[in-house]
Amino acid sequence: MTESAQMTRIGLMGLICLILVTFAALAHDSGFAIQMWIAAIAAAVYIVYLARRFPQGSQTDDSTYLDSVVKAGMIATVFWGLAGFLVGVVIALQLAFPVLNFDLPWTNFGRLRPLHTSAVIFAFGGNALIATSFYVVQRTCRARLAFGNLAWFVFWGYQLFIVLAATGYLLGITQAREYAEPEWYVDLWITVVWVAYLLVFLGTLWKRKEPHIYVANWFYLSFIVTIAMLHVVNNLAVPVSFLSVKSYSLFSGVQDALTQWWYGHNAVGFFLTAGFLGMMYYFVPKRADRPVYSYRLSIVHFWSLIFLYIWAGPHHLHYTALPDWAQTLGMIFSIMLWMPSWGGMINGLMTLSGAWDKLRTDPVLRMMVISVAFYGMSTFEGPMMSIKAVNSLSHYTDWTIGHVHSGALGWVGMISMGCVYHLVPRLWGRKELYSLRLVNWHFWLATLGIVVYAASMWVAGIMQGLMWREYDDQGFLVYSFAETVAAMHPYYVIRALGGVLYLTGGLIMAYNLIRTVRGDTRQEVPMGAFAAA
Amino acid sequence: MTYDSLRHFADSWGLLILFVIFLLIVVFVFRPGSTKLYRRMSRLPLEDDKKEKD
Amino acid sequence: MFRHDIIERNATLLLVLSFLVVTVGGIVEIVPLFYLKNTIEKVEGMRPYTPLELAGRDIYVREGCYVCHSQMIRPFRDEVERYGHFSLAAESMYDHPFQWGSKRTGPDLARVGNRYSDDWHREHLINPRSVVPESIMPGYPFLLRSEVDPKSIASHLVANARVGVPYTQEMIDNAAADMIAQAGGEGGDAFMARYPKAVARDFDGQPQRITEMDALIAYLQMLGTLVDFSAYKAEANLR
Repeated sequence: MTESAQMTRIGLMGLICLILVTFAALAHDSGFAIQMWIAAIAAAVYIVYLARRFPQGSQTDDSTYLDSVVKAGMIATVFWGLAGFLVGVVIALQLAFPVLNFDLPWTNFGRLRPLHTSAVIFAFGGNALIATSFYVVQRTCRARLAFGNLAWFVFWGYQLFIVLAATGYLLGITQAREYAEPEWYVDLWITVVWVAYLLVFLGTLWKRKEPHIYVANWFYLSFIVTIAMLHVVNNLAVPVSFLSVKSYSLFSGVQDALTQWWYGHNAVGFFLTAGFLGMMYYFVPKRADRPVYSYRLSIVHFWSLIFLYIWAGPHHLHYTALPDWAQTLGMIFSIMLWMPSWGGMINGLMTLSGAWDKLRTDPVLRMMVISVAFYGMSTFEGPMMSIKAVNSLSHYTDWTIGHVHSGALGWVGMISMGCVYHLVPRLWGRKELYSLRLVNWHFWLATLGIVVYAASMWVAGIMQGLMWREYDDQGFLVYSFAETVAAMHPYYVIRALGGVLYLTGGLIMAYNLIRTVRGDTRQEVPMGAFAAA
Repeated sequence: MTYDSLRHFADSWGLLILFVIFLLIVVFVFRPGSTKLYRRMSRLPLEDDKKEKD
Repeated sequence: MFRHDIIERNATLLLVLSFLVVTVGGIVEIVPLFYLKNTIEKVEGMRPYTPLELAGRDIYVREGCYVCHSQMIRPFRDEVERYGHFSLAAESMYDHPFQWGSKRTGPDLARVGNRYSDDWHREHLINPRSVVPESIMPGYPFLLRSEVDPKSIASHLVANARVGVPYTQEMIDNAAADMIAQAGGEGGDAFMARYPKAVARDFDGQPQRITEMDALIAYLQMLGTLVDFSAYKAEANLR
């Protein structure tokens, strides 16, 4: 970059910083002022970074892959993952021991719960998706990421989105739309970042040296474009003022509900499924060193999955004031969705045919495989829960929470952490991980944690649902609501324990990865070899 | 357009169209010559660590 | 010459095709809700929130109450006996955003209005376990301390009007006065004419101040009280 171009950029950033400070000064509420200050500080940090590099600018070597941004993504994934798991444990304990809410605005469950869900879905999952998609698209296209350092803008822009959203929740800034809580100005910012992400990804596909596009990239691409569509439509809102945090959604009542759950279910379908299937289609074959079981199946899987998923949203609104026809459509498509989901699971699992012995010696591969198994389990449970008769019992209970976590901890968490274990030694140029034995520990702690979590929530949810509808001989309701709450206590304690196990596994992972990056290798008996008795 | 007419369409032509599209996708992936291509494609992740030849 | 593998080779085409595929479901399911006339029943009694209720609803949203409380009673015997008449689509027609919720860690609130006294609500919000020993709800004592500024509420009515809530210019002009009047317990005829069935009284036990506690309790006390079910004919609204 020339010196004048650098000067222009610094000047432009200075202007943006000044505008943000002005917004902060004129803000109609303290929340907006704080958020604008955060953005202004981010801009100022960037100016300092640019100034320190002046006049050399940043040098790029276009003959290699842009992997530094993937490395940063790995660090962010692990960091936000631990943060998200930790907040999860805290709010699980709050439900068991309400005194932990501390009766303060910033620490009550209602504000921390969105912090937890956004941290694990968007911060942990999102960083894992962005980083792995950048890694995979470069390799399968044999091309460097497009548009220079735009990928770095995507990375830092995304982190700023996370910080704005998270601090906003603590300040009570929310749209009260599940998994879409950030307010209008954060929504606008993430839209800009997301378009840049689409450009980088698509641009890399455009300049690829391979004639064909590998199927993992199809899943990543559909994830990016569908999330863009869902985000824009679901967040249509009118702000009270352009200097205030509050907005009112464009739609109301029943239309708003369906728009939100059309978004909400496809945040699951495209963020937490299609994107991570992209991961599966690259990293499982890679790790097992075998081609995917059936490339044909992967294409049928792709088209049927993306077509069917988008219809499933109304199953979140069974027996509500949503018209019956919409509920029925949602149920039918949810049940049909079982087929492509299991097609994908079979494709992932069967990739290991002839290489099953590797599971004994490679806990990283085992982690990926159990994630696919959990995917299969959740995508069986999901269609089952979308059947109206089942849903009448399960809805509003902790069964749903258990279902979500078998998918989130089992499928999303395990495949992401498997990929992190696979990638960190490669990206940092280490021969191997610090310790495979520690990965093994992580694997078992996490698996046990999920089982404890899901089992306690099944029991709690079904019990709760049955207690609510229990009648005595005289035809009176047996339990008051408060009694059903009290009955949940032991299960909430057990659930928190499951979360602690999962978090412990995550901490072991962080330690293992830090030692790996430092270049250490632990002296240990190799996996699969028995120590002399 | 009423609910009933939409429902009637969905239960007949809508269903047929979607099923035909599904069959077309299946036929498409089994088209002649696809086996060779797909076999090569499925090996793509396994070979990308090697240095570029060109 | 047409190449059969064109989709697998052309990134833009792949993008466009997959975008088209994912739009179908949303269009078929969401768009009809806006023009099929039987989506929202004809009922009597629905009106926009009073300025004080709206401020209370904003606090309900801010504190994430929807995370644990639904506002959607399903048409089952146990739910109707426990909470009241099942919820109608019309009852949330002015809700931007909807607050149906997805989880009942606490009970449904769609018809909690008029079920408990203001005193009960105040005690419950300050320390839930003082009135419901089994409760696991957080306490919100800070609501009693923070005041609501009546001057700022008019802009919220304007924003709601922009998204289709039938707030009139008269309602917007009188928003601050209406809020003070409702929380001060002296509604007056003009206020009652603008907001039928609204209840004007001091909700938080501090007559001299308008606090967030006033606003939230005013909102909770009106939930589910608007629709006149004696005039509602379920058969005429079969979905």
